[in-house]
Amino acid sequence: MRAVIVGCGRVGAAMARTLEAGGHDVTIVDLVTRAFDRLPAAFRGNAVRGDGTDEDTLRRAGAERADLFLALTEGDNRNIMAAQMALEALGIERVYAKVNDPLRAAAYAELGIGTICRTTMIADAILGALGEPISGAPSIREATSHHHAAAAPAIGEA
Amino acid sequence: MFVLVVGGGKVGYYLTKELSESGHEVVLMEKDRGRADQIADEIGSIVVAKDGCEGSALAEAGANRADVVAAVTGDDEDNLVICQMAKHHFAVPKTIARVNNPKNEPLFKHLGVDELISPTRMILGSIEQDIPVHELLHLAPLSGDFELIEAHLADGSPAVGRNAREIELPEGCAIVAIVREDIAQAVRPDTVLRAGDRVIATGRPECEPALHETLIGAAVTS
Repeated sequence: MRAVIVGCGRVGAAMARTLEAGGHDVTIVDLVTRAFDRLPAAFRGNAVRGDGTDEDTLRRAGAERADLFLALTEGDNRNIMAAQMALEALGIERVYAKVNDPLRAAAYAELGIGTICRTTMIADAILGALGEPISGAPSIREATSHHHAAAAPAIGEA
Repeated sequence: MFVLVVGGGKVGYYLTKELSESGHEVVLMEKDRGRADQIADEIGSIVVAKDGCEGSALAEAGANRADVVAAVTGDDEDNLVICQMAKHHFAVPKTIARVNNPKNEPLFKHLGVDELISPTRMILGSIEQDIPVHELLHLAPLSGDFELIEAHLADGSPAVGRNAREIELPEGCAIVAIVREDIAQAVRPDTVLRAGDRVIATGRPECEPALHETLIGAAVTS
């Protein structure tokens, strides 16, 4: 599988390392070169410095028609935009954005991108460990619909 | 009309001021409390010191009854999310986004933002007007995705020596006027185009390659 990860923070770097160790072809993008220090020296994937919400950068990184796209930066909106760009302009079908605002995480799953909500995930994990009732809301949501109810042509095919 | 402006930078500030001076109902959302207070001191209590990307904050600012939401922060990704939340969760009839990277325009359009304002493209357009190369110049964006385009006819142009009736324009394109020796004139079917004419046309961006070929000649590879 060919995977593209935007954001080489702790989670992004861990995903890159694990997927690559599992034999996948991994490209990771971050604005800051030093972020790549989080990757192990033995990392054989592709590390690209650049803005993961910039279509040119993503194309240069070879993101087009990848099998998986994970937007894992610290900015909810940056992740949302990168994931929508991957879905709509780069022809990637499996996209996920880390969206820490639970409301936006739910909203965007309905608009066509998978969302990962750290807030719900950690809060429920802690509540569960404490034996308290949890929210039970899904912390990872698959895309349930698309932003156009009627299938719109992909960009460039119009 | 009730307009919700999101982003209290210079653009949002002046936009809010102008709109409220011309009698519209306006609310400005600015997430930085210091900046929000500063603006409120000046223009009154129409400032909500909340993040316009948050659904609950949008609701509080009255997004559900807004006629227009204008997202004018300095960050494209924020402007996109504000417009999408406004459209899909509050059914706002018209959403406007400021777009800094012109390459984001097709994506934002595709994702349902109604109007895009790109300062970068505007400045580019005005610089292109000063460049003496014979290319299509973008004079102005019009609503509905149309653009006002100018073509400067050089000697080698395939349109020179032909009348307007004979010129096959791409579908959905029209010649609006020509400027000849600094005088603008309407184009009649028997108007013969000459080298040196500036042809003002309108059409959608996808017509441009064909329009270029018709008025200027085969595209030059730069």
